Amino acid sequence: MRDGDTVAMEGFTHLIPHAAGHEVIRQGRTDLTLVRMTPDIIYDQLIGMGCASRLVFSWGGNPGVGSLHRFRDAVENGWPGPLEYEEHSHAAMANAYDAGAAGLPFAVFRGYRGAELARVNPAIKSITCPYTGEELATVPAIAADVAVVHAQKANARGDVLFEGIVGVQKEAVLGAKRSVVTVEEVVDEFEGVGPNAVILPAWTVGAIAVVPGGAHPSYAHGYYMRDNAFYKMWDTVSRDRDSFTAWIKAHVIGGGPQDFAAHVAA
Amino acid sequence: MVDFTLAEMMSVTAARAVKNDDVCFVGIGMPSEACNLARLTHAPDLTLIYESGTLETRPTVLPLSIGDGELCETALTTVSVPEMFRYWLQGGRITVGFLGAAQLDRFGNINTTVVGDYADPKVRLPGGGGAPEIATSCGEIFIVMRQTKRGFVEEIDFVTSLGHGRGPGDRARLGVTTKGPTRLMTDLCIMEPDPECLEFVVTSIHPGVSRAEIAENTGWAVRFAPQVAETPEPTQVELDALRDLKARTAAAHRVLEKGEAAE
Repeated sequence: MRDGDTVAMEGFTHLIPHAAGHEVIRQGRTDLTLVRMTPDIIYDQLIGMGCASRLVFSWGGNPGVGSLHRFRDAVENGWPGPLEYEEHSHAAMANAYDAGAAGLPFAVFRGYRGAELARVNPAIKSITCPYTGEELATVPAIAADVAVVHAQKANARGDVLFEGIVGVQKEAVLGAKRSVVTVEEVVDEFEGVGPNAVILPAWTVGAIAVVPGGAHPSYAHGYYMRDNAFYKMWDTVSRDRDSFTAWIKAHVIGGGPQDFAAHVAA
Repeated sequence: MVDFTLAEMMSVTAARAVKNDDVCFVGIGMPSEACNLARLTHAPDLTLIYESGTLETRPTVLPLSIGDGELCETALTTVSVPEMFRYWLQGGRITVGFLGAAQLDRFGNINTTVVGDYADPKVRLPGGGGAPEIATSCGEIFIVMRQTKRGFVEEIDFVTSLGHGRGPGDRARLGVTTKGPTRLMTDLCIMEPDPECLEFVVTSIHPGVSRAEIAENTGWAVRFAPQVAETPEPTQVELDALRDLKARTAAAHRVLEKGEAAE
């Protein structure tokens, strides 16, 4: 990841690459365009630390809890710096990731009808179906410079296996120029996997880093549960600029990827 | 007479609105509570679909987030998010979509995006998530939300998701062929669109609630249908199922949740 990159760190509630997010903060990356359907705590932290100049998203809340306070502070008050944003619906972003993986320049879908986002977001356009004449919405494909995702496991060859709620991770990686996958563990061979498992072959993945617990406070199906109490705690910590900064200093700047295994220890 | 709260009345009312053969697109919070209550009472075969990709999910406790592991573990199958929105929602497979709102107008148009101006918002809300396309792709829409003057407003600040627009013909003009909001269920009453002008009018009042109370909690000049029913109070079976579900959920999440956030 380089300063100024367009970055997609995906995972739909499940398998959010939080440990990788902390590493981006430690490396002091700036001017990133952050792309994610649900910014979640991972982007709340990056935004609050001034890593991003732009956000592309479709639902910016703390799931089941309420607001993302660092995101709101950036949008409402420009702290710690101004944050431009491009806002979509989930359907639009899911289609845009799909188009990115397919190597298409844009996605076409039946959407945004009567929705005011189409008025305020100039990236939302429309096209007339050449077969039926129906007007359909279009959005640009998501083709990030770097995709970062978390998965359950990699095998010794470097193939990556996702299980459970698989979100848009496959599309994000296949649509990106470069990719990093953090995994819970590396095994010699995948065992007991059905023929239709979601696997990214080694030759589609840029790099793999083993970070047990690396999705915490999100979860890894089959390994550990979502830490709902953390999501609620984040509401308090992130509400205030000072308590947020203190938390990041203690747990991110003063921490490392090795800390995550302890977060998920039963 | 059974003892119940208006919040329970709202959940029970919303649960009663779904049929056993419905396929519901479910959001987190009140919609999820209502749909699972329906499944545990009169609609055991109800199909629940969450936008995280879980098809035919049968959670024993309510999820805190749209992608809790519980949803996936109890689902028939789990598909990717692009497939969910393309094949299942856009493909017209969903009969009922449940939505909530921060602001709602008399035509069932929904705002979950901003309070104030979009470019310079007073309050930045989470945004639309799946709602803009749920509102137009599902066969019909049920809206569930607490009735307050702040939420039920004359003019919403931003149209996140289309209801009936400004009245008859607006959905069709935008190329939308689905019914849109057909029922609005609150903690005070049930509203349905007036067949002529599509404005929500009160068609059933919950036990113990007055017309004045409904008017006081509505930011537009609320109208009542010529025939207004009294909503049947919750049965003991409904209340037991709801309270058991909430108790199981609280124990599982350890902390009592308010479940106010959508999507």
